[in-house]
Amino acid sequence: MSQSTELSTSSLPLRKVIPWVELGLLATSLILPVFADDFWTLFLTRVFILGLLALSFDLVWGYAGILSFSQALFFGMAGYCTALLATEAGITSVLVLLPVAGLVGLIVSLILAFIVILGRRVPTTVFVALGTLTGSYVVERLARGWSYVGGQNGIPSLPRLTLGNHEIAEGVWFYYMALAILLGIYVALKFLTRSQLGLVLAGIRQHETRITFFGYRVQHVKGIVFALAGLIAGLAGGMYAFHEGYVGPGQLSPVLSTQVVLYVLFGGVGTLIGAVIGAGMIEYLSFMLSQEYQRLWPIILGLLLLVIVMFRPTGLIGFLVSDRERIGSFGRPDDAAAKNDTDKNPA
Amino acid sequence: MNLLEVRNVTKVYGALTALNGVDLTVREKEFHGLIGPNGSGKSTLLKCIAGAEIANAGTIGFLGADIGRAAPAERSRAGLSLKFQIASVLPELSVYDNILLALQAQDSLATLLFSGSRRALDKRVTTTLAQFRLASRINDLAGVLSHGEQQWLEIAMALAGNPRLLLLDEPTAGMSAQERRATGELLAPIKQICSLLIVEHDLDFIRDICDSLTVLDQGQVVASGPAAEVQNSEKVKEAYLSHA
Repeated sequence: MSQSTELSTSSLPLRKVIPWVELGLLATSLILPVFADDFWTLFLTRVFILGLLALSFDLVWGYAGILSFSQALFFGMAGYCTALLATEAGITSVLVLLPVAGLVGLIVSLILAFIVILGRRVPTTVFVALGTLTGSYVVERLARGWSYVGGQNGIPSLPRLTLGNHEIAEGVWFYYMALAILLGIYVALKFLTRSQLGLVLAGIRQHETRITFFGYRVQHVKGIVFALAGLIAGLAGGMYAFHEGYVGPGQLSPVLSTQVVLYVLFGGVGTLIGAVIGAGMIEYLSFMLSQEYQRLWPIILGLLLLVIVMFRPTGLIGFLVSDRERIGSFGRPDDAAAKNDTDKNPA
Repeated sequence: MNLLEVRNVTKVYGALTALNGVDLTVREKEFHGLIGPNGSGKSTLLKCIAGAEIANAGTIGFLGADIGRAAPAERSRAGLSLKFQIASVLPELSVYDNILLALQAQDSLATLLFSGSRRALDKRVTTTLAQFRLASRINDLAGVLSHGEQQWLEIAMALAGNPRLLLLDEPTAGMSAQERRATGELLAPIKQICSLLIVEHDLDFIRDICDSLTVLDQGQVVASGPAAEVQNSEKVKEAYLSHA
């Protein structure tokens, strides 16, 4: 057995880049409305909301290995339910509508999880992908044909969200609300993915069978993560509907679910920050290219995405971050590692 | 006391009968070897016991309960642990994290979410790694370990959850003579902790560490009993020679 003492690259001290990227983006986001005009404030608010949706997909695919094409289903269902509450029951309080949006996402994702993940047989990745895609497709068709929810036209002219007597208008207020929610969810997911449960998710992603034989109830863990991601997507869907003042079948569609997959692949799967960057970059590129090349822009964007996905499977974040940092190290508490070093090298 | 009682287990894949009415008993703190020519059904039997395959007929009793239909995770929680034939470490995780993952498997989701056992398990992780001569590789990715080290890491992972019965599928496959000897030295002390059911082609290795043997040939038990007795059995010699 080789008792290798040579220093392999894998044991070099970790140079962390992601925290700097996170801090840079946060600082920029905090001060941007001071300099940006209304258009960019609205644009970035949309990016934050879609970034939240991208985070929900990154959690299920990048961490738990569940290829879900139903993130738009949770997003759209939450949008429709909160829109109906606002238009039919006159409820506009953000303190009611956003929790309801999250709850709707959670319930719909739990129902779907019972069908495609928690069955008697362990589902394959393809089964889950097709099951979630079908769920999204069926509900979109139902929405398009159901006049109560506006059919093809959806539900337009939603009232503004309110906080007490204050209206949360699209613009700076909405911007900071979306940023605060994105930040809160991001920090919570960071906590989860760096915890011992995050280690289990990393194990599931790498070798699900091996993890099962340790005694982990893998399908239960996957079901919980799927439901949590549904909650996040629902929260995003509720915000999106009121930010745009409209909810329609497109917000439920497999097309949007696929777009979210592209956000995460483009930004970098399994890094959280990559999902947010991917959402921002694709939205920005779509806008800029559509201004310059009104007919060709989807082809140009498609080719760009293809190049990144083919030649940089780790996404844009892979240009900045080593594989070791991307995957991370979980278990060793810092003080235990420090104590071990001190024991080895007493002063 | 009998720990594992396999009775009349049959496993069929299409037209192939991989196991045909197999009986096997492993007692507490016993090292039991499972040998036989290639294709005799050794690995299939191990998979049926661990839950990777479900037998078509027969019962698998463990600690008095029939676990023949239980999911692998439930069998593991009952005290069975499997080391796969092909090393199945998690290559993108550090050696430390591989062991931690195995150790924390019995923790509740809330404990895992709040990293509640992280500090408490640190000592056990480092002790386990030292025991399996992997202390110097603690921060390396499991994927960069040599083949033999990966096999050791996986045995350490399989043992980490304090199983009552450890199932090892060819733990010395691909190892040098020196590594095989070292593996024998590493396995000897675990007799104080648990029983062992081991599939292995290296008869010298099996002879050195096992108390009893079961010989399979074409999915059937040819002989079973104390190691010395079984090795001298004419039926066993015939089974091996007929495949030579």
